[in-house]
Amino acid sequence: MRNAALRIAVCIKRVADSETRVRIAADGRSLDEAGVKFILNPYDEFAVEEALQRKEKAGAGEVVVLALGGPAAQETIRTALAMGADRGILLQTDRVPADGLETAKALAAELKAGGPWDLVLFGKIAIDDYNHQVGPMVAELLDLPCVTAAAHLDLADGNGTAEREIEGGVEVVEFPLPAVITADKGLNEPRYPALKGIMAAKKKPLEVKPISPGAGGVEVLAMTPPPERKEGRIVGEGAGAVPELLRILREEAKVL
Amino acid sequence: MAAKFQGVDFYGVDGVLSEEERAVRDTVRAWVDDNLLPIIGEHYVQGKFPKQLIPGMAELGLFGANLPEQYGCAGLNNVAYGLIMQELERGDSGVRSFASVQGALVMYPVFAFGSDEQKKRWLPEMASGKVIGCFGLTEPDYGSNPGGMITVAKETKDGWVLNGAKMWITNGSTAQVAVIWAKTGALEDQNSIRGFLVPTDAKGFSAKDQKGKLSLRASDTSELVLQDVRVPKDAILPKSAGLKSPLMCLTQARYGIAWGAVGAAMACYDEAVSYSKNRVMFGKPIGGFQLQQARLAEMLTEITKAQLLCLQLGRLKDAGTMTPQQVSLAKRNNVSIATDVARETRRLLGANGILAEYQAMRHLANLESVYTYEGTHDIHTLVLGQEITGINAFN
Amino acid sequence: MSAVLAVTEQRGGALRKVSHEVVTGARRLADQLGATVDALVLGAGPVSGSDRLGAFGADKVVTLTGAGLGAYAPEGYARAIADRVKAGGYAAVLFAASATGKDLAPRVAAKLSVGLAADVTDVAAEGGAVIASRPVYAGKAILKVKLTGQPALVSLRPNVFTPVERPKAGAAEMAAVSVAPGRVTVKDVKAATGSLDVGEAPVVISGGRGLKEPANFKLLEDLAKAFGGRAAVGASRAVVDAGWRPHADQVGQTGKTVSPTLYIAVGISGAIQHLAGMRTSKVIVAINKDKDAPIFKVADYGVVGDLFEIVPRLSEEIAKLHA
Repeated sequence: MRNAALRIAVCIKRVADSETRVRIAADGRSLDEAGVKFILNPYDEFAVEEALQRKEKAGAGEVVVLALGGPAAQETIRTALAMGADRGILLQTDRVPADGLETAKALAAELKAGGPWDLVLFGKIAIDDYNHQVGPMVAELLDLPCVTAAAHLDLADGNGTAEREIEGGVEVVEFPLPAVITADKGLNEPRYPALKGIMAAKKKPLEVKPISPGAGGVEVLAMTPPPERKEGRIVGEGAGAVPELLRILREEAKVL
Repeated sequence: MAAKFQGVDFYGVDGVLSEEERAVRDTVRAWVDDNLLPIIGEHYVQGKFPKQLIPGMAELGLFGANLPEQYGCAGLNNVAYGLIMQELERGDSGVRSFASVQGALVMYPVFAFGSDEQKKRWLPEMASGKVIGCFGLTEPDYGSNPGGMITVAKETKDGWVLNGAKMWITNGSTAQVAVIWAKTGALEDQNSIRGFLVPTDAKGFSAKDQKGKLSLRASDTSELVLQDVRVPKDAILPKSAGLKSPLMCLTQARYGIAWGAVGAAMACYDEAVSYSKNRVMFGKPIGGFQLQQARLAEMLTEITKAQLLCLQLGRLKDAGTMTPQQVSLAKRNNVSIATDVARETRRLLGANGILAEYQAMRHLANLESVYTYEGTHDIHTLVLGQEITGINAFN
Repeated sequence: MSAVLAVTEQRGGALRKVSHEVVTGARRLADQLGATVDALVLGAGPVSGSDRLGAFGADKVVTLTGAGLGAYAPEGYARAIADRVKAGGYAAVLFAASATGKDLAPRVAAKLSVGLAADVTDVAAEGGAVIASRPVYAGKAILKVKLTGQPALVSLRPNVFTPVERPKAGAAEMAAVSVAPGRVTVKDVKAATGSLDVGEAPVVISGGRGLKEPANFKLLEDLAKAFGGRAAVGASRAVVDAGWRPHADQVGQTGKTVSPTLYIAVGISGAIQHLAGMRTSKVIVAINKDKDAPIFKVADYGVVGDLFEIVPRLSEEIAKLHA
């Protein structure tokens, strides 16, 4: 690990807590936010933690947190600052684009202006839209090497090795630095924002920059509840119910 | 695996909290869900305090959280401090007792009555959990009447010698230092009470855990015996002066307990609601029967009232105008309703409610101690009675 | 006439089964658009299984070969695909939303400067435009989106687009491309213990805390064996966090989202995060001693009782079926 100061950018997102009861807003296309709890995207926590650990190991550097969102996203940035990030930037817009590419363009522009970076980190997905795309798109726009869904990361002088889960195994990937990495569960154990950190976060710099993302190439037509599963039934009790279960699976459900 | 606690906030108190207060509450809430709840049932049954949680609690900054940053503390306001106690006790009253003692009954007296050297020497180490303390006020024969204590401290050439016994002391057997309150003058003279920082490895000092507890089982409660314990001159808390001093510490702790009790009530209510929706009897969830709905409505009402009491009490404390009598009202009410909520939850849970894998009965048993300690319910009744009428009905 | 490009996936020179789903999905969409289907294969040389793609609906199979393309090379593959697309004529490009696809599709989208609908459960044409449906908010809502860019990029959730075979063979085209593999190289694939991945198995048997001890997962492994190689053993978050099972087996929100034909939940209570990971399974069976466990609300069929008696009996009977 180099001893020079590390400049690490982490892109984070304010998302609805997955425990949220999902109600569809009157426009039929978005989440009704009444009573919804918003949190820092859990996969982004791995990214923030990784940045903090790398900076701590290097002994010097800066961890900058970026988010794209409405004014309330400042709170999310402050959560990352409370964990230990040094400063934050909010690209403020009331309309978070449905097209991940538009988000990527805005983030890439800001990252370019604020670079160069030793590492740019993302969570692998956001738990609201499950789009899986902004991280690698930003890498493409910045022409940086990128590894997605890294569950393990080793960095040495100018190079890195990552491990990512694929079907039936683990892929070992090598890449040069600087790079964009999207974090998966298992990369590290994110720290809780210590209470002192929460107090210190208030005093750390947080720049708010209004932006106007383009319309993009993805248009939301509707948001609907998932198809109702037909009501199930208890087939029986104990091992004695097994023959009946198999009969039903064979004849009724036709899956055997 | 239990789902994460979502809180109980019928009157939108969240919206009145500041961002930091919410962030503090959320951090402790998450920590309790991840670290305390998975192990507390087991520890309670075994009668073991989960010592292994101390470093984690210290790292978060839970000890003396409302004391100033210059001593290594978080420097939070009192509403945030209260929210910490609320979330800890949502986990377990015994664990919250640990934090209350460390913060309000050990670090606070050092902060309020200690010399600059004492503050610098002890506070940072107590904040980091390296030094655990306990508060020695109550005695075997002097509970509700601490002024009658018979532990004495006689001045000697190079310090003090202490003799006496204390009982029902939380953290007694784990502590490295004890804040011992003793009379330096005649036994009739409450004004001669002073505080002393006594290292628990001092010759003549012994601590023994009290066995056979059916409440606060995940907490260490000890008897302390001081037999010719010699301490140097600088062991005294120089600004401590009479019974007033330990009572000021108790006011700090009671403030936290008023919030803590709400946490326990919230935990029980949440368990009751969840159970009432999932438990099906006579063809429908039991939450659909009138008697259970009445239970739940009562619980929610009392919790909501208690939450609003806490919030205003916290704002008064932050404004510097809070009185001990205001704390008495909140502690008395909130612990009382919490015991009711716990009991009713236990009943709603039916047979399952007697198992350690559910929270209600553990909270119910714990809250009986909380009802009695830090000023019994009845004592606080008389505090209010005297405040209202001006007439002392204590004796 | 325009075409739909179906990007297949190979490993070790052999096409992965998920490629049949992508081609099937592409065929359905192409039929609605009045387009043809090109199946795209990338490798160091010919890839086995390519000749079967016609049967799933490919009119043409295009194999792009290059020295560094034998193993998945993110930058090289993205460049090769983007170049092919830029050559023109594609109304849509479909990927599998597999581990590789989730990595690859966004790169291609950024290169082409178009939007990407990822991990979709349905894709169709409406009025000439490509419309996709995708689960959001842990599967608690479905988002219907229209892709307005050209081409429309979509990645398909595995195990949803059941492959459909037709008696047809497609034309084959092979072209060598000179794309640099790029800066990110796959050095190795550490195989898991030979078992089928939960995200791909047609039958998934998941165990939770009700199993009581890690050793008891053997019961589920035996049941999986009884299905003759078609079943994988999954796990709830509780047992993964407790260290009983690897994270790769975790079904649920912070684990894998699976969509098997048959999902059997054993000793799992049914916490919402677990349900998020398996609620689109075709048939859900739950086995639990507590008849009030939330899992029974989601299951199509339930058996209440002691899993330690029920599961062995089930293994016996399933083995008989396959004997």
